[in-house]
Amino acid sequence: MIAFLVKRLMHAVLVMFVISLLAFAIQDNLGDPIQQMVGQSVPESEREELRERFGLNDPFLVQYTRFAKNALQGDFGYSYFYREPALDVIARHLPATLELVFASTFIIVLFSVPIGVYSAIKPRSPISRFFMGISIIGISIPVFLTAIVLIQIFSIGLTITFFPEGTAWGSWLNSFFSTQGNMPSFGRGGGTVEMFGYWETNFASWNGLRNIVLPAVSLASIMLPLFIRLIRAEMMEVLQSDYVKYARAKGISMRRVYFVHALKNTMLPVITVGGVQIGTMVAYTILTETVFQWPGMGLMFLDAINRADIPLIITYLMIVGVIFVITNTLVDLIYGLVNPTVKLTGKPA
Amino acid sequence: MALLEVTNLDVRFGLRQGEVRALRDVNFTLERGERLGIVGESGAGKSVAAFSLLNLIAKPGFIAGGSISFEGKTLNTMSERGLRKVRGNRISMIFQDPMMTLNPVLSIGEQMVECLKAHRRISSKEASAICLDKLRQVQIPSPETRLDQYPHELSGGMRQRVIIAIALLLDPDIIIADEPTTALDVTIQAEIMALLLELCEQHNVGLILITHDLGVVSQVTQRMLVMYAGRVIEQGPTREIINDPQHPYTQGLINALPQMATPGERLNQIRGSMPSLSNLPSGCAFHPRCNFINRADGKPRPACIEQVPGFVESGNCRVACHMVAEMLEDRRLKEETS
Amino acid sequence: MTTTTPSVPGRWQRFRDSYLWYSFKRDYTAQLCFAIFVCLVFAAFSAPLLAPTNPYDLAQIDILASELPPFWIDGADANYTLGTDAQGRDLLSVILYGTRVSLLIGFGAVALQALLGVTFGLMAGYLGGRVDAFLMRLADIQLSFSTLMVAIVVGAVVKASFGSSFYSSYAVLMLVLIIGLAEWPQYARTVRASVLAEKNKEYVDAARVMGLRSKRIMFRHVLPNTLSPIFVISTVQIANAIISEAALSFLGLGMPETHPSLGSLIKSGFDYIQSGSWWITLIPGAVLVVLVLSINLLGDWLRDVMNPRLYKG
Repeated sequence: MIAFLVKRLMHAVLVMFVISLLAFAIQDNLGDPIQQMVGQSVPESEREELRERFGLNDPFLVQYTRFAKNALQGDFGYSYFYREPALDVIARHLPATLELVFASTFIIVLFSVPIGVYSAIKPRSPISRFFMGISIIGISIPVFLTAIVLIQIFSIGLTITFFPEGTAWGSWLNSFFSTQGNMPSFGRGGGTVEMFGYWETNFASWNGLRNIVLPAVSLASIMLPLFIRLIRAEMMEVLQSDYVKYARAKGISMRRVYFVHALKNTMLPVITVGGVQIGTMVAYTILTETVFQWPGMGLMFLDAINRADIPLIITYLMIVGVIFVITNTLVDLIYGLVNPTVKLTGKPA
Repeated sequence: MALLEVTNLDVRFGLRQGEVRALRDVNFTLERGERLGIVGESGAGKSVAAFSLLNLIAKPGFIAGGSISFEGKTLNTMSERGLRKVRGNRISMIFQDPMMTLNPVLSIGEQMVECLKAHRRISSKEASAICLDKLRQVQIPSPETRLDQYPHELSGGMRQRVIIAIALLLDPDIIIADEPTTALDVTIQAEIMALLLELCEQHNVGLILITHDLGVVSQVTQRMLVMYAGRVIEQGPTREIINDPQHPYTQGLINALPQMATPGERLNQIRGSMPSLSNLPSGCAFHPRCNFINRADGKPRPACIEQVPGFVESGNCRVACHMVAEMLEDRRLKEETS
Repeated sequence: MTTTTPSVPGRWQRFRDSYLWYSFKRDYTAQLCFAIFVCLVFAAFSAPLLAPTNPYDLAQIDILASELPPFWIDGADANYTLGTDAQGRDLLSVILYGTRVSLLIGFGAVALQALLGVTFGLMAGYLGGRVDAFLMRLADIQLSFSTLMVAIVVGAVVKASFGSSFYSSYAVLMLVLIIGLAEWPQYARTVRASVLAEKNKEYVDAARVMGLRSKRIMFRHVLPNTLSPIFVISTVQIANAIISEAALSFLGLGMPETHPSLGSLIKSGFDYIQSGSWWITLIPGAVLVVLVLSINLLGDWLRDVMNPRLYKG
């Protein structure tokens, strides 16, 4: 266990080192901090003096060491736009993103496992075919488009006049397919409740929950079909295996065969892929938050790009790197706990 | 009435190219405590026969006809719930490859206890005690530690011992063993086989042993079936068949054994290979490989090509071969005339 | 194929005898998807001939005719079948031109990915050792960050360092480079996996014993045997590249509105969805979905037919 943690820690340090090097290279090459500080009118001689004073003329390695030392102490510099420490800006936007990711992860887990398992057990049933059809369509719709369609249907509302209005069934069908469009689709709404004096949550009030539904469904819409297909494919493979056949030959109930013997083996590759997909999820928060103006890190990052707010961009990259490293370690840990053939000593048995 | 009675078993696979008949006209019985061997090349339908006994053939396979009767109850028409009470309880199975048979993510104890609990109302403590007892019977070193271990921590031979222990857990009437030693190291094959034989004798358990190893069959079983291309071609007491095989295929199998060859000479092999089930030769499925047909005047008997041979009694054995039938008929006629 | 020698039965004949063609003839979904895909590609690349107007030509744009609805809604103008966008451009024309841009970037990016990925994958699989360890570690890190994330970051950095006007004028090239660089690990891992499987087969040993150089063995002997998995993932990769391009454009890191792709059309229409002009964003959206869906379904079908060993995870 300790060996495993040490190995993971070394890996994490290596990854963070690469990221910080990249981040610093970006900072070093992008924009002129002096110009940001003093503006255009200051003469070149003064600029040179300032450069010297801030150590901007030092060799790359010296500058990088200084940057890394500061970053380790939580000092990522000041955001040009917000005029406050970049880390504080991130910390303020972090809860919104985490809640969004949490809500859609909940949706994904809640639906992908039962649907994936069902369509593996009964691959030819109409319900399975329906879900497989839906899932390939789901994969083919980009997140932001799902979000826009959801906004049109549930927030703006649809007025269907396709069926002839004069007849009774026509009016009924028109009103059946028309939607009211009263779901909120802009920001976190007024429903947030403050927790611990710092964390604003959407989960503590009805209004807050209503606000998070559409963004969370949009974010889940791309991962959910992926996971359904993955779970189905893995489960179908596992159901062909000898140990499942043997479990049946032992006379144990089908429920136990499916949910103990097969599902546990199915989840091993799913956990691994899930770990990789967390990274993708962070990328998709940028898209989802943009559509819904959700005030999280993704929206903040995009704004920072448009404002060329270099320190904020770099801090975001570093923080996202940290999040990846932590989640990957957690995923490996869970994998090791589920799979007895992996000893947490680091080498597979 | 026999303990297990299989009559006219017919198993088919519904494939996209059409139905393939994997097994037809299979008949045999098994008495309590009797040991029966099923022999044949791979693809002859031995494993299908084993799995169909417990109605465990994987889709697209299905039992198209015939009956499997166990203690007077017909297994092939029984509900899934009823079958579950037989599986692992009255009839248990041993699979070919112990590396693939045990679930890698469940502990040995879990996989043993679940089998007991599926068939008996029993506390976990009692279940563990029974499991431990069975592990002792299969002579696993330090059985106490095994329950908490996972399959990957055990060697192949040990895993097969665990599987034998699971097969014996509920004191079944019959054990179906599908090539139980093929996947093991040669050095421990004999050891595992001897253990299985000893335990079956000790507990008076019937054994259906599926194998391609004639040596093992002759040592372990009392009666045997020889299968070719989905049909039984010869069946009877093991000793008689081994000592005096009637069917040309069985003769070929026995002649192909290394100990039958003269040292320094080539092994006697049956020429050709087993036909695919979806494309069987007409008449007797063995005729293109049969040595007897081409021997007399270089031409096969018309009957061999046109007609599927029926069974003829020869001593205590039943053989499906036109040539054997003709020979017997000749002999009978001679006896009558003299 | 004009110089086919009589000794060879001809590629066309061999293709017609193949299982691929056999299952294509029986699979109506695959046929439909293939037809849709071919139609879209054809329509997109002959956009200058088919489109009623040229959306790049400012003289043809009538700002007064902006936000006109498509033909089946009251208030439509017969000149504009699918209506107009906020700048008064004919929606049908911009969609045709936009599909062309999307497809161009999709194909270009996948070509680059395949070039990089196949080269690196072959090197990693065939040479092994340190080269393998380094390349695969790199691929791992890049994949764990997700390809879209890498594309967004690279796009953002390039845009911030060269300025938006520079970025817009080279947008097609930029997007091909960004998406191509971000997704090569997919190819590299697939190729490496099948090279490792092929490498131990006897024909490679035979080639080595005959004294062939490793480069020749890789390209003439091993590569042809890795083609079917490459073919299968290529379909999925084209779909992904088109979606990535749309996502980048939607974030403002892609094609400018004056030279729109499907993604930037959706983005520009999104601002007008609240005012009721849903068609500006949803019609290009529907085209994008149909395009990507038909490619994905074809990919599914190909995977079922060819059943290659794909790298999982």
